[in-house]
Amino acid sequence: MIQQGGGALGIGEIPIGPTWQTNYFIGADAQGRDVMARVLYGGRASLEIGIGSALICCGIALVLALLAGFFRGPIDALLSRLMDLIWAFPVYLLAISLATVLLTKPNGLQWGFVHVDPSSLWVPTAIIALVYVPYVFRPVRGQVLSVREKEYVEAAIAQGASNGRLMFGEILPNVITTVIVMLPLMIATTVLTESALSFLSIGVQPPKASWGTIIDDGQSLLYTRPWVAIAPGIMIVLTVLSLNVLGDGVRDALDPRAKLRMRG
Amino acid sequence: MAVFIVRRSIGLIAVLFAITVLTFLIFFATPGVDPTRALAGRNPTPETVAAIKHQFGLDRSLPVQYLLMMKRLFISRDLVSYGNQALKVVPAITSAAPVTFSLVLGAAVIWVVFAILTGVLAVILKGTIFDPLLMILALIGISMPVFWLGEVANLVTQDRLHNTFLFHWVPPLGYTPLTSNPWQWFLHLVIPWITLSVLYIGFYARVLRANLLDVENEDYVRTARAKGLSERRVLLKHMLRTSLITFVSLFGLDFGVLVGGGALLTEVVFGLPGVGKLTYDSLVKLDLPVIMATVIYGAFFITIANALVDIVYARLDPRIRPA
Amino acid sequence: MSVDGGTPLVEVDSLKKYFPIRKGLLSREVARVHAVDDVTFSVREGETLGLVGESGCGKSTLGRTIVRLLDPTSGDVKFRGRSIAKLGRRGLRPLRREMQIVFQDPYASLNPRKRVGSIIAAPLQIHGVGDRDERKKQVRALLATVGLSPEHYNRFPHEFSGGQRQRIGVARALALRPKLIVADEPVSALDVSIQSQMLNLLDDLQEEFQLTYIFIAHDLGVVRHVSDRIAVMYLGKLVELSPAEELYERPIMPYTEALLSAVPIPDPDLSDQRERIVLQGDVPSPINPPSGCRFHPRCRYMTDICVQVEPPLVDYGNGHLAACHHPLNVDKETLDRARVSERHTPAAADEHAKPEDPSGASQPVPTPDIQRSSVVRRIVDYSKRPEEQT
Repeated sequence: MIQQGGGALGIGEIPIGPTWQTNYFIGADAQGRDVMARVLYGGRASLEIGIGSALICCGIALVLALLAGFFRGPIDALLSRLMDLIWAFPVYLLAISLATVLLTKPNGLQWGFVHVDPSSLWVPTAIIALVYVPYVFRPVRGQVLSVREKEYVEAAIAQGASNGRLMFGEILPNVITTVIVMLPLMIATTVLTESALSFLSIGVQPPKASWGTIIDDGQSLLYTRPWVAIAPGIMIVLTVLSLNVLGDGVRDALDPRAKLRMRG
Repeated sequence: MAVFIVRRSIGLIAVLFAITVLTFLIFFATPGVDPTRALAGRNPTPETVAAIKHQFGLDRSLPVQYLLMMKRLFISRDLVSYGNQALKVVPAITSAAPVTFSLVLGAAVIWVVFAILTGVLAVILKGTIFDPLLMILALIGISMPVFWLGEVANLVTQDRLHNTFLFHWVPPLGYTPLTSNPWQWFLHLVIPWITLSVLYIGFYARVLRANLLDVENEDYVRTARAKGLSERRVLLKHMLRTSLITFVSLFGLDFGVLVGGGALLTEVVFGLPGVGKLTYDSLVKLDLPVIMATVIYGAFFITIANALVDIVYARLDPRIRPA
Repeated sequence: MSVDGGTPLVEVDSLKKYFPIRKGLLSREVARVHAVDDVTFSVREGETLGLVGESGCGKSTLGRTIVRLLDPTSGDVKFRGRSIAKLGRRGLRPLRREMQIVFQDPYASLNPRKRVGSIIAAPLQIHGVGDRDERKKQVRALLATVGLSPEHYNRFPHEFSGGQRQRIGVARALALRPKLIVADEPVSALDVSIQSQMLNLLDDLQEEFQLTYIFIAHDLGVVRHVSDRIAVMYLGKLVELSPAEELYERPIMPYTEALLSAVPIPDPDLSDQRERIVLQGDVPSPINPPSGCRFHPRCRYMTDICVQVEPPLVDYGNGHLAACHHPLNVDKETLDRARVSERHTPAAADEHAKPEDPSGASQPVPTPDIQRSSVVRRIVDYSKRPEEQT
């Protein structure tokens, strides 16, 4: 088992990885922390944020797309314009803007009953979820618009079904596949985004670590302790690669015609 | 056509206006956020805070603040940084933009060439082991965080293999303007270009391959084959030409995003003083006016580029020209 | 009206449905599609009214407006004497149990993600009929009623053929035991071999559940066997309304004549004898319909009056109404007795423009090879049902 901070180290004894010990398998960072342990713990944060923000993003986008596509008219116009506006911002710049603003408040934010601590993982999760909402919203809304015109929806209206039943009972089951197909690729994208934000030190805040923050730490140790930066990067590549492969598979299985576009 | 351009322009102005409002609101009106904090230093007295607020017009009402800010940004162009009052924001951006542009332009050339080569090669080699192999390589390219790849590139070219014949030509991190020394400009940018283009080579190669395989079953491709055209002519003249339509439209978008600030990570890793680096440096100091200005610059650039692409498209393809 | 003898279940009164066409930044309304343009008729309880016309004539829109899937632009729909045209969603809810619709496309009308059982149970669930088990029992019974096996309960729609899917659609419409079913081309998407099975099923169900049908179709061949009366629509207007047999024996409107000539006859000799009238040109745009009689650009009996004056619906006796300046198959006597039907005639028509010359005979016939006699002979042919003709 690899444990954080296992073993005491003196000055000049900080091992440079890779080694064949179970402790300090790939060495320690400048503060003597076991890089392997940090990578594993950091991975937890990265995956939590990646999966969490992808789920939140898809959830929000799905509900908004259902509302916009179902009610059309002013609701659709409003939501679509809002999405266009978010879309107009480069993903990273928008995330940077939001993160910077939230980080200028040292004691966290207090909105009504909601208290957000700046070092909470929820901050990057929420930011990443928000900036990708238009990317899911657009294709799903288009689908809702077309499904809404189907005769089975008319049949449900003729039976006296309520709006909620039409949206969630009839339309939702027919658009949810699109979201399921997008989900693995969304997680791949959000994991990458999280690492980038953390690398820019506006994602996960110390003392918590994620793969991105470890790469950031490793930047200054690059020539002396390269594994600090290399190891988490390899983890990111492997994770994102498997998510992409999984996503391709899911897409081929569920929706061979889907063309997905993610900008990063 | 003129009506279309006018209508598109009106829409464009509306979006640009909305962008400035939204950005302003994010930075200066988020509840619970105090933009003066970074300015006033540690444990400021209420008097200091008030004085600073007055200096930057932050004691006015929000719409007035917005107008003041926009006036200083677009008309008098004398908006200054919070941290360094000598740094004027607008000139800082205009002097950083050529660096970003150099970076993105070179990377774009590389990624277009290699993506087309990879995509076409994969289609030619379809059925052999090389097609899936190329696609896996492309997928790996997409899966790599660009800043990490940049660091690994730095590690190899600046340190580990710097003193070998392979990379001894690589200059230290930084930038030389094209106008002062074109050769040094080129040398400084080679590694960043390659690093930035890897993701896009992977992505575009996959898109191109999928597109080529799509059109392979189209009737006009079968007709071309039936006519007895050589495989090479079919592929290059008939299949590639249609597939490039998607390719070109994606390219327009991505190029816009990168010049608009998407190349930030690459600039930071390689120490290139472009717009992205400017944003990053202000980020570290929480220098809100600079960040706001670069964000507005990026969003403007992308929006205007998109509008231009739309108009050019409508000019080229009458089918999408709205009535 | 003597012809509308029994209790009318549905009364359609000057019903109009226009679709606005919007353009520009402010979505100004630049034009309107006149899908249903001032149509009046009624449907008696227990009868089947065939509603016929080319695609785009507004028959589906009319059917959907009657069951209030669409909101009428003006005019009224009465169900059992009660106006339902202005009812909101809530007010319509109880009415949904009384009137149902069967759709044309058996592939688009069943939700591909839901199992057959829950598709048919949905109306019961919405109206809170029974508990779970009770509903399940009812659904199984319904499946049996429409000729499917109760074991099909847990299957998905894609596992069924077109005809079976349409049966599922019928079962769904029947679930709430409605009085009225609007059948919107229920067989036109089916193979010819399946069509008659479907028609027989609808016929049996009508008897079993005392249903009233509004049966929409685009050709007269299908509706002949099921309809008591037939209404012919052209470009949003009702142009002829008649008891079914009489329409086949004695079409008055030239458009009906043309539709009848398109009905296939199984006997090749008889088929060769009759003349097929091929209407020239396309259906004019319902955005900007022709002046006067809407059929005039394609009518071979067209004269000046057809261009200028919209003909009123004239009652030729026996509940046979038609809107034409040059009625066919009408003798002098009948024409003298005929009266303009004020109730059915659209407001835009000229009520004094009752036709004065029978059969359009005094009018020049544009195509020289077509003789009036041939028209009469054709009509004799139609008077025989296909089975009698062999």
